Amino acid sequence: MARPKIPRKSTAVDMTAMCDVAFLLLSFFILTTKFKPSEAIEVTTPSSVASKVAPEKDVLLVTITKSGKVYLGMDNADRRRDVLNTLNVTKQLGLSDADLESIAKLEFFGVPVGNLKQQALMPKEQQTDRVLPGIPIDTTNNQMIDWMRAAATVYAGQPMNLLVKGDNDASFPSFKNVMTSFKKNELFKFQMVTNPESVPQGTALWNANLAGIKPEE
Amino acid sequence: MAEMDTSGGGGHKKGPGVKKGKKQSTRVDLTPMVDLGFLLITFFIFTTTMSSPTAMKLFMPKDADKPEEQNKAKESGALTILLGKDNSVFYYEGILDPAGANFKASNFKEIRDVIINKKKSTPADDFVIVIKPNEECKYKNVIDIMDEMPINAVKRYALVDISEGENQLVKATEASNSLP
Repeated sequence: MARPKIPRKSTAVDMTAMCDVAFLLLSFFILTTKFKPSEAIEVTTPSSVASKVAPEKDVLLVTITKSGKVYLGMDNADRRRDVLNTLNVTKQLGLSDADLESIAKLEFFGVPVGNLKQQALMPKEQQTDRVLPGIPIDTTNNQMIDWMRAAATVYAGQPMNLLVKGDNDASFPSFKNVMTSFKKNELFKFQMVTNPESVPQGTALWNANLAGIKPEE
Repeated sequence: MAEMDTSGGGGHKKGPGVKKGKKQSTRVDLTPMVDLGFLLITFFIFTTTMSSPTAMKLFMPKDADKPEEQNKAKESGALTILLGKDNSVFYYEGILDPAGANFKASNFKEIRDVIINKKKSTPADDFVIVIKPNEECKYKNVIDIMDEMPINAVKRYALVDISEGENQLVKATEASNSLP
Protein backbone atom coordinates (compact mmCIF):
# COMPACT_ATOMS: atom_id res chain seq x y z
CA MET A 1 0.00 0.00 0.00
CA ALA A 2 1.23 3.38 -0.90
CA ARG A 3 1.60 5.65 2.00
CA PRO A 4 -0.34 8.87 1.88
CA LYS A 5 2.01 11.72 1.07
CA ILE A 6 2.81 13.88 4.04
CA PRO A 7 3.14 17.42 2.81
CA ARG A 8 6.55 18.82 3.63
CA LYS A 9 6.19 21.75 5.92
CA SER A 10 8.30 24.83 5.60
CA THR A 11 10.92 25.34 8.27
CA ALA A 12 10.70 29.12 8.08
CA VAL A 13 9.60 30.54 11.39
CA ASP A 14 7.18 33.36 11.52
CA MET A 15 9.26 36.35 12.60
CA THR A 16 6.41 38.83 12.84
CA ALA A 17 5.73 38.33 16.52
CA MET A 18 9.39 38.55 17.45
CA CYS A 19 9.77 41.63 15.33
CA ASP A 20 6.80 43.19 17.11
CA VAL A 21 8.30 42.54 20.52
CA ALA A 22 11.69 43.82 19.46
CA PHE A 23 10.35 47.10 18.21
CA LEU A 24 8.02 47.53 21.15
CA LEU A 25 11.02 47.24 23.47
CA LEU A 26 13.03 49.47 21.21
CA SER A 27 10.46 52.24 21.22
CA PHE A 28 10.12 51.88 25.00
CA PHE A 29 13.84 52.37 25.54
CA ILE A 30 14.09 55.21 23.08
CA LEU A 31 11.26 57.04 24.78
CA THR A 32 12.44 56.47 28.33
CA THR A 33 16.10 57.30 27.69
CA LYS A 34 17.00 60.69 28.98
CA PHE A 35 19.53 61.96 26.57
CA LYS A 36 22.13 64.24 27.99
CA PRO A 37 20.90 67.71 27.21
CA SER A 38 23.51 69.62 25.30
CA GLU A 39 25.20 71.39 28.11
CA ALA A 40 25.67 75.09 28.16
CA ILE A 41 28.86 74.65 30.13
CA GLU A 42 31.17 72.04 28.77
CA VAL A 43 33.02 70.06 31.38
CA THR A 44 34.82 66.72 31.22
CA THR A 45 34.85 65.32 34.71
CA PRO A 46 37.70 63.20 36.04
CA SER A 47 37.04 59.62 37.07
CA SER A 48 37.20 58.09 40.51
CA VAL A 49 36.37 54.79 42.18
CA ALA A 50 33.55 56.39 44.17
CA SER A 51 30.49 54.23 43.67
CA LYS A 52 27.85 56.51 45.11
CA VAL A 53 25.60 58.09 42.51
CA ALA A 54 25.58 61.88 42.58
CA PRO A 55 22.41 63.28 44.20
CA GLU A 56 19.91 65.06 42.01
CA LYS A 57 17.75 66.80 44.59
CA ASP A 58 18.56 69.88 46.66
CA VAL A 59 21.63 70.38 44.57
CA LEU A 60 23.91 73.37 44.61
CA LEU A 61 26.26 72.77 41.73
CA VAL A 62 29.49 74.67 41.33
CA THR A 63 30.97 74.09 37.90
CA ILE A 64 34.60 74.85 37.13
CA THR A 65 35.48 74.96 33.45
CA LYS A 66 38.75 74.24 31.71
CA SER A 67 39.70 77.90 31.73
CA GLY A 68 38.89 78.29 35.42
CA LYS A 69 35.56 80.08 35.08
CA VAL A 70 33.10 79.25 37.81
CA TYR A 71 29.33 78.90 37.51
CA LEU A 72 26.69 78.25 40.12
CA GLY A 73 23.52 76.30 39.48
CA MET A 74 20.58 75.34 41.68
CA ASP A 75 17.89 72.83 40.90
CA ASN A 76 15.09 74.38 42.93
CA ALA A 77 13.60 77.55 41.44
CA ASP A 78 12.13 78.74 44.74
CA ARG A 79 15.46 78.44 46.49
CA ARG A 80 17.08 80.24 43.60
CA ARG A 81 14.82 83.20 44.16
CA ASP A 82 15.41 83.12 47.91
CA VAL A 83 19.17 83.07 47.44
CA LEU A 84 18.91 85.97 45.00
CA ASN A 85 16.74 87.88 47.44
CA THR A 86 19.28 87.41 50.20
CA LEU A 87 22.10 88.41 47.90
CA ASN A 88 20.17 91.46 46.77
CA VAL A 89 19.90 92.60 50.36
CA THR A 90 23.43 91.76 51.52
CA LYS A 91 25.24 93.11 48.48
CA GLN A 92 22.81 96.03 47.99
CA LEU A 93 22.30 95.27 44.34
CA GLY A 94 19.13 97.35 44.18
CA LEU A 95 17.23 94.90 42.01
CA SER A 96 13.48 95.27 41.71
CA ASP A 97 11.06 92.39 42.28
CA ALA A 98 10.56 92.06 38.53
CA ASP A 99 14.31 91.85 38.00
CA LEU A 100 14.62 89.18 40.65
CA GLU A 101 11.82 87.22 39.05
CA SER A 102 13.51 87.22 35.67
CA ILE A 103 16.96 86.45 37.10
CA ALA A 104 15.54 83.55 39.12
CA LYS A 105 14.50 81.92 35.86
CA LEU A 106 18.14 81.44 34.92
CA GLU A 107 19.34 77.89 35.36
CA PHE A 108 22.79 78.96 36.42
CA PHE A 109 24.59 82.13 37.30
CA GLY A 110 27.84 82.99 35.62
CA VAL A 111 28.45 86.69 35.91
CA PRO A 112 29.67 89.08 38.59
CA VAL A 113 26.78 89.97 40.89
CA GLY A 114 26.45 93.43 39.40
CA ASN A 115 25.73 92.02 35.93
CA LEU A 116 23.03 89.52 36.83
CA LYS A 117 20.37 91.61 35.15
CA GLN A 118 22.28 91.53 31.86
CA GLN A 119 22.57 87.76 32.00
CA ALA A 120 18.82 87.49 32.45
CA LEU A 121 18.29 89.58 29.31
CA MET A 122 20.61 87.46 27.20
CA PRO A 123 19.11 84.92 24.82
CA LYS A 124 19.40 81.40 26.17
CA GLU A 125 21.56 80.09 23.33
CA GLN A 126 24.19 82.66 24.16
CA GLN A 127 24.46 81.67 27.78
CA THR A 128 27.42 79.37 27.45
CA ASP A 129 30.84 79.26 29.01
CA ARG A 130 32.26 80.91 25.94
CA VAL A 131 30.25 84.08 26.46
CA LEU A 132 29.66 84.36 30.19
CA PRO A 133 32.65 85.48 32.23
CA GLY A 134 31.89 83.34 35.28
CA ILE A 135 31.59 84.32 38.92
CA PRO A 136 34.78 86.07 40.07
CA ILE A 137 36.69 83.90 42.54
CA ASP A 138 40.03 85.65 42.81
CA THR A 139 41.53 85.92 46.23
CA THR A 140 40.88 89.66 46.14
CA ASN A 141 37.32 89.49 44.83
CA ASN A 142 35.82 86.14 45.70
CA GLN A 143 32.09 86.62 45.06
CA MET A 144 31.52 82.92 45.55
CA ILE A 145 31.80 83.67 49.27
CA ASP A 146 28.77 85.95 49.00
CA TRP A 147 26.83 83.38 46.99
CA MET A 148 27.64 80.67 49.49
CA ARG A 149 26.74 82.86 52.41
CA ALA A 150 23.34 83.57 50.84
CA ALA A 151 22.88 79.87 50.06
CA ALA A 152 23.88 78.84 53.57
CA THR A 153 21.24 81.20 55.00
CA VAL A 154 18.51 79.98 52.67
CA TYR A 155 19.29 76.29 53.05
CA ALA A 156 19.83 76.52 56.82
CA GLY A 157 18.38 73.43 58.50
CA GLN A 158 17.41 71.89 55.19
CA PRO A 159 19.20 69.23 53.21
CA MET A 160 21.70 70.70 50.81
CA ASN A 161 23.94 68.77 48.47
CA LEU A 162 26.93 70.83 47.59
CA LEU A 163 28.45 69.50 44.40
CA VAL A 164 31.63 70.55 42.69
CA LYS A 165 31.96 69.60 39.06
CA GLY A 166 35.38 70.42 37.79
CA ASP A 167 36.99 69.95 34.44
CA ASN A 168 40.02 67.69 34.11
CA ASP A 169 42.15 70.60 33.01
CA ALA A 170 40.90 73.17 35.48
CA SER A 171 43.83 74.50 37.42
CA PHE A 172 44.04 73.85 41.13
CA PRO A 173 43.85 77.49 42.35
CA SER A 174 40.31 77.92 41.01
CA PHE A 175 39.27 74.78 42.87
CA LYS A 176 41.05 76.04 45.96
CA ASN A 177 39.24 79.39 45.78
CA VAL A 178 35.92 77.57 45.53
CA MET A 179 36.87 75.50 48.58
CA THR A 180 37.78 78.70 50.40
CA SER A 181 34.31 80.06 49.73
CA PHE A 182 32.82 76.92 51.29
CA LYS A 183 35.13 77.03 54.25
CA LYS A 184 34.46 80.69 54.97
CA ASN A 185 30.78 79.84 55.35
CA GLU A 186 31.36 76.73 57.41
CA LEU A 187 30.21 74.43 54.65
CA PHE A 188 32.67 71.63 55.24
CA LYS A 189 30.91 68.83 53.48
CA PHE A 190 30.80 68.68 49.73
CA GLN A 191 30.95 66.18 46.95
CA MET A 192 32.82 66.11 43.71
CA VAL A 193 31.13 64.86 40.58
CA THR A 194 33.19 62.20 38.85
CA ASN A 195 32.83 59.47 36.30
CA PRO A 196 32.80 55.95 37.65
CA GLU A 197 35.97 53.97 37.24
CA SER A 198 36.78 50.37 38.04
CA VAL A 199 38.82 49.61 41.15
CA PRO A 200 42.38 48.53 40.32
CA GLN A 201 43.00 44.89 41.08
CA GLY A 202 44.95 43.82 44.10
CA THR A 203 44.53 47.03 46.05
CA ALA A 204 43.11 47.35 49.55
CA LEU A 205 39.77 48.62 48.27
CA TRP A 206 39.57 45.80 45.76
CA ASN A 207 40.11 43.26 48.52
CA ALA A 208 37.53 44.97 50.70
CA ASN A 209 34.99 44.88 47.89
CA LEU A 210 35.74 41.19 47.35
CA ALA A 211 35.16 40.53 51.03
CA GLY A 212 31.82 42.30 50.72
CA ILE A 213 32.68 45.21 53.00
CA LYS A 214 30.57 48.20 52.13
CA PRO A 215 32.49 51.44 51.74
CA GLU A 216 31.94 53.96 54.48
CA GLU A 217 29.52 56.73 53.82
CA MET B 1 3.88 36.03 7.86
CA ALA B 2 3.88 39.66 7.12
CA GLU B 3 2.47 39.70 3.66
CA MET B 4 -0.48 41.27 2.00
CA ASP B 5 -3.25 39.25 0.52
CA THR B 6 -2.83 39.88 -3.15
CA SER B 7 -5.04 37.12 -4.44
CA GLY B 8 -7.83 39.60 -5.00
CA GLY B 9 -10.44 38.01 -2.81
CA GLY B 10 -10.83 34.64 -4.57
CA GLY B 11 -11.77 36.60 -7.65
CA HIS B 12 -12.79 35.86 -11.14
CA LYS B 13 -10.85 33.82 -13.60
CA LYS B 14 -9.14 35.52 -16.42
CA GLY B 15 -10.12 34.85 -19.94
CA PRO B 16 -9.01 31.64 -21.68
CA GLY B 17 -6.30 33.27 -23.74
CA VAL B 18 -4.74 35.20 -20.92
CA LYS B 19 -1.71 33.62 -19.37
CA LYS B 20 -1.52 33.50 -15.66
CA GLY B 21 1.35 35.55 -14.40
CA LYS B 22 3.49 33.61 -12.00
CA LYS B 23 2.58 34.71 -8.55
CA GLN B 24 5.61 35.94 -6.67
CA SER B 25 5.78 35.48 -2.96
CA THR B 26 5.35 38.71 -1.13
CA ARG B 27 6.91 37.37 2.03
CA VAL B 28 9.71 39.46 3.38
CA ASP B 29 12.48 37.95 5.42
CA LEU B 30 12.25 39.77 8.72
CA THR B 31 15.32 38.24 10.34
CA PRO B 32 17.72 41.13 9.64
CA MET B 33 15.13 43.56 10.90
CA VAL B 34 14.80 41.63 14.15
CA ASP B 35 18.56 41.55 14.41
CA LEU B 36 18.77 45.27 14.02
CA GLY B 37 15.94 45.77 16.50
CA PHE B 38 17.68 43.79 19.22
CA LEU B 39 20.98 45.44 18.49
CA LEU B 40 19.40 48.83 19.13
CA ILE B 41 17.69 47.53 22.25
CA THR B 42 20.98 46.34 23.72
CA PHE B 43 22.53 49.67 22.84
CA PHE B 44 19.83 51.60 24.65
CA ILE B 45 19.88 49.29 27.65
CA PHE B 46 23.60 49.80 28.07
CA THR B 47 23.60 53.53 27.54
CA THR B 48 20.77 54.19 29.98
CA THR B 49 22.33 52.42 32.95
CA MET B 50 25.95 53.42 32.49
CA SER B 51 25.83 57.18 32.35
CA SER B 52 24.92 58.25 35.88
CA PRO B 53 27.79 60.26 37.35
CA THR B 54 29.12 59.39 40.77
CA ALA B 55 30.19 61.69 43.53
CA MET B 56 33.21 61.67 45.77
CA LYS B 57 32.64 62.90 49.29
CA LEU B 58 35.04 65.20 50.98
CA PHE B 59 34.93 66.57 54.48
CA MET B 60 37.10 69.56 55.08
CA PRO B 61 38.45 70.36 58.50
CA LYS B 62 37.81 73.73 59.98
CA ASP B 63 40.65 76.14 59.47
CA ALA B 64 42.42 76.68 62.75
CA ASP B 65 43.93 80.12 62.95
CA LYS B 66 46.34 79.50 65.77
CA PRO B 67 49.08 77.00 65.08
CA GLU B 68 48.65 75.35 68.50
CA GLU B 69 45.06 74.45 67.64
CA GLN B 70 46.02 72.64 64.50
CA ASN B 71 46.10 68.91 64.38
CA LYS B 72 49.65 67.90 64.67
CA ALA B 73 50.58 64.99 62.53
CA LYS B 74 53.30 62.79 63.89
CA GLU B 75 56.27 63.52 61.71
CA SER B 76 57.50 59.99 61.40
CA GLY B 77 54.19 58.72 60.10
CA ALA B 78 53.58 61.47 57.59
CA LEU B 79 53.88 61.06 53.88
CA THR B 80 53.68 64.29 51.94
CA ILE B 81 52.71 64.14 48.29
CA LEU B 82 53.34 67.19 46.15
CA LEU B 83 51.67 67.72 42.82
CA GLY B 84 53.17 69.85 40.10
CA LYS B 85 52.41 70.66 36.52
CA ASP B 86 52.18 68.09 33.69
CA ASN B 87 51.06 65.27 36.00
CA SER B 88 54.27 65.30 38.00
CA VAL B 89 54.24 63.84 41.49
CA PHE B 90 56.83 64.26 44.23
CA TYR B 91 56.86 62.93 47.74
CA TYR B 92 58.84 62.88 50.94
CA GLU B 93 58.48 61.04 54.20
CA GLY B 94 58.48 62.74 57.56
CA ILE B 95 59.93 66.24 57.53
CA LEU B 96 61.48 67.70 54.43
CA ASP B 97 65.24 67.66 54.67
CA PRO B 98 66.61 71.21 54.31
CA ALA B 99 68.88 70.05 51.51
CA GLY B 100 66.03 68.16 49.89
CA ALA B 101 67.71 64.79 50.36
CA ASN B 102 64.50 62.88 51.01
CA PHE B 103 62.60 64.66 48.25
CA LYS B 104 61.79 62.09 45.60
CA ALA B 105 60.09 62.21 42.24
CA SER B 106 57.38 59.76 41.32
CA ASN B 107 54.42 59.47 39.01
CA PHE B 108 50.79 58.47 39.21
CA LYS B 109 51.56 54.81 38.58
CA GLU B 110 54.29 54.44 41.15
CA ILE B 111 52.80 56.56 43.89
CA ARG B 112 50.46 53.71 44.85
CA ASP B 113 53.40 51.49 45.77
CA VAL B 114 54.92 54.34 47.73
CA ILE B 115 51.68 54.73 49.70
CA ILE B 116 51.37 50.99 50.30
CA ASN B 117 54.98 50.68 51.45
CA LYS B 118 54.66 53.63 53.78
CA LYS B 119 51.41 52.24 55.15
CA LYS B 120 53.05 48.90 55.89
CA SER B 121 56.05 50.44 57.59
CA THR B 122 54.20 52.81 59.94
CA PRO B 123 51.80 52.11 62.79
CA ALA B 124 48.21 52.69 61.68
CA ASP B 125 47.62 55.45 64.25
CA ASP B 126 50.50 57.58 63.08
CA PHE B 127 49.94 57.20 59.38
CA VAL B 128 48.76 60.34 57.64
CA ILE B 129 49.06 61.54 54.09
CA VAL B 130 49.40 65.22 53.32
CA ILE B 131 48.50 66.27 49.80
CA LYS B 132 49.98 69.53 48.62
CA PRO B 133 49.07 70.60 45.10
CA ASN B 134 50.89 73.62 43.75
CA GLU B 135 49.19 76.26 41.66
CA GLU B 136 50.18 74.71 38.35
CA CYS B 137 48.62 71.33 38.87
CA LYS B 138 45.31 70.32 37.35
CA TYR B 139 42.02 69.48 39.04
CA LYS B 140 42.24 65.97 37.59
CA ASN B 141 45.51 65.31 39.42
CA VAL B 142 44.00 66.38 42.72
CA ILE B 143 41.03 64.07 42.20
CA ASP B 144 43.30 61.24 41.11
CA ILE B 145 45.49 61.47 44.17
CA MET B 146 42.48 61.78 46.47
CA ASP B 147 41.07 58.74 44.75
CA GLU B 148 44.18 56.81 45.77
CA MET B 149 43.16 57.28 49.40
CA PRO B 150 40.08 55.03 49.36
CA ILE B 151 41.83 52.67 46.96
CA ASN B 152 44.61 52.10 49.47
CA ALA B 153 42.32 52.36 52.49
CA VAL B 154 44.08 55.42 53.88
CA LYS B 155 41.93 56.75 56.69
CA ARG B 156 43.68 60.01 57.43
CA TYR B 157 44.66 62.42 54.75
CA ALA B 158 44.62 66.16 54.32
CA LEU B 159 44.72 68.67 51.53
CA VAL B 160 47.16 71.37 52.57
CA ASP B 161 48.50 74.49 50.90
CA ILE B 162 51.99 74.11 49.58
CA SER B 163 54.73 76.08 51.30
CA GLU B 164 57.01 78.43 49.43
CA GLY B 165 60.12 76.31 49.90
CA GLU B 166 58.40 73.16 48.75
CA ASN B 167 56.97 74.90 45.72
CA GLN B 168 60.40 76.11 44.70
CA LEU B 169 61.81 72.62 45.10
CA VAL B 170 59.02 71.21 42.92
CA LYS B 171 59.61 73.79 40.24
CA ALA B 172 63.37 73.38 40.33
CA THR B 173 63.05 69.62 39.96
CA GLU B 174 60.58 70.02 37.12
CA ALA B 175 62.91 72.40 35.34
CA SER B 176 65.89 70.08 35.68
CA ASN B 177 63.84 67.10 34.53
CA SER B 178 62.63 68.85 31.42
CA LEU B 179 66.20 69.50 30.28
CA PRO B 180 67.40 67.03 27.71
